[in-house]
Amino acid sequence: MTRSGAGSLPRYILQRALLVIPMIWVILTLVFFVLRVAPGDPVSAALGGRVSEDALDERREALGLNEPLIKQYFDYLYSVIRLDFGTTFSDNQPVLHVVRDNGGATLTLTMAAFLLALLIGIPLGLLAGRFRDTVPDVVIRLFGILTYAAPIFFVGYLLQAYVAPPLGLPTSGQATPITVFAVEPKTHILLIDAFLSGDTAAIEDVLTHLLLPAVTLGLLVAGVFIRLVRVNILQTTQSDYVEAAEARGISRGKVSRRHAFRNALVPVITVIGLQFALLLGGAVLTESTFNWPGLGQKLVEYINDRDYGAVQGIVTIFAVAVVLISLLVDVINALIDPRVRY
Amino acid sequence: MRAVLKGMTRPFTQTAGLARWMLVIGIVITAVFLILAIFAPWIAPYGFAQASADGVRFPKAGAPSSDHWFGTDRLFFDVLSRTIWGARTAIEVVVLSIVFCVLIGVPLGLISGYYGGWMDRVLLLIMDAIFAFPSFLLAIVFSFLLTDLFGGSVLAVALSLTAIYVPQYFRVVRNTTVSAKEAAYVEAARAMGAKDGVIMRRYLFGNVIQSVPVLGTLNAADAILTLAGLGFLGLGIQSTDAAEWGHDLNRALADAGSGVWWTGLFPGLAIVLLVTGLTLVGEGVNETMNPTLRRRRLLPVVMPARQETTNTGEER
Repeated sequence: MTRSGAGSLPRYILQRALLVIPMIWVILTLVFFVLRVAPGDPVSAALGGRVSEDALDERREALGLNEPLIKQYFDYLYSVIRLDFGTTFSDNQPVLHVVRDNGGATLTLTMAAFLLALLIGIPLGLLAGRFRDTVPDVVIRLFGILTYAAPIFFVGYLLQAYVAPPLGLPTSGQATPITVFAVEPKTHILLIDAFLSGDTAAIEDVLTHLLLPAVTLGLLVAGVFIRLVRVNILQTTQSDYVEAAEARGISRGKVSRRHAFRNALVPVITVIGLQFALLLGGAVLTESTFNWPGLGQKLVEYINDRDYGAVQGIVTIFAVAVVLISLLVDVINALIDPRVRY
Repeated sequence: MRAVLKGMTRPFTQTAGLARWMLVIGIVITAVFLILAIFAPWIAPYGFAQASADGVRFPKAGAPSSDHWFGTDRLFFDVLSRTIWGARTAIEVVVLSIVFCVLIGVPLGLISGYYGGWMDRVLLLIMDAIFAFPSFLLAIVFSFLLTDLFGGSVLAVALSLTAIYVPQYFRVVRNTTVSAKEAAYVEAARAMGAKDGVIMRRYLFGNVIQSVPVLGTLNAADAILTLAGLGFLGLGIQSTDAAEWGHDLNRALADAGSGVWWTGLFPGLAIVLLVTGLTLVGEGVNETMNPTLRRRRLLPVVMPARQETTNTGEER
């Protein structure tokens, strides 16, 4: 800790990376036990009534569900280390295949929403913070509160009822079946595949399908960004160096642009990274609202089927993804802001 | 008593203009929903799962009329009644979950922060891991378990919400405890031979509890959204057990293209209004309590212009 400068950066990253292991372990343990203490037997819950008692026993044996709980737990941890996320009980396919087939849709949706949120949230937040307690501030703050207060599925419902019909926008799915059929699957991400195929009709179809879901999810996150940026601007404009700059006779606009904005955005980067969790949670609802064939919708389907294997696998993958992304954000933040590394 | 009153009115006396207005509007909205929730049986014209009155069946997806101000939905239920009863469900769930959060989070945070050591580290790790995980996904996992245990009841959903919000209470209380236990008055108490339990109850509790109300209001807003989200996915409360806005919106989604606008609009607006109200209250209180956000009360010194003292003729 006494060393300063660039030398401590690798050490910080190492420390931070080591912290990932207990984080993931805690989440995995939690998920495992929460799903296992549920009453009833997962196999008959997922397959009950459809297969004979003997076949159920066989499945239980195959899945290792007859083993003692503690052994199951360690088996589970060991398989996660080997990047094996188990199989679904109801349709008996590897969870990784589910992720491969549906993860692309979720990724497309969340990335598009994230970009939209940045484009809307940061400028509006800067504006509101800069002109505190004026009409623009009030309007932007109300907008920020409303986008937060309106549940995703209500915004989606309103868009489907009032925006989609006049504009002729699709409200369900990722593309028309024709596009899905015509585009050659290369990356399992339909948007990229459409671009790779060079088929303009397909690209247009995918983009129009993406528009409303991305706006719905993007507005939610934009509201958070507005609030964050605004509060950070307010805090930095009260700091000494801004006051000093003002005292030197630099105009308010210039002080805001040159001194306050940049410093205000540093903490925002961290928090923006943390919004990934919000984005994932929101994606589940957006996907359900727009019948978007992503992982979130798949998760809800499996939950309704009482498929413990699938739920456990998908949630595990979400957990790993979230923790790794927070690691990434912290590392980027350490690169930008030396104060973080102490 | 006087100090408590002063503390409660502080958000009003220390804010001015816009901030105060937003706070007042928030309190009014929240109060209206509280009244709706408490007096739902008397205010709502019908029951939440009532499909007929006086032997006459309600129309299916009937447009708003004098009998049904907000119309009826596809299950023949009165939308106005369900919207009002929905306030009761929402408030029941949220109040219950906040009570659980305080009951679990505050003592745990106090003990963990006061004693420190390995237990503190382990608890911190667990709570941080829960906090880092997408809360809505966690709520889904917990409601998956709890609805198996308790059925799709208010208690099951309230407990799932507790699970995802408790880390925040723990964190806040633990951190204030860690800094407060170094204070001179705590040391004085210890020097006089006060036991750990006494120090925590008599000296630290009052100090660390202050941040809980702000957290509670902001969490309440978020909890309403989570509750509605679970209901929308069909994981929360079933529509015959209680009226729940999120679940009603899910059923209304099928109507979106068909011109039946009243089934979705009213429950949706109810969520937006209540969450807005709670957010305004939470933010208003936060802005007055948090000194880094509080606007400086000192007004710029304006030198009175000389003519104001001499020019008295025009004032009358």
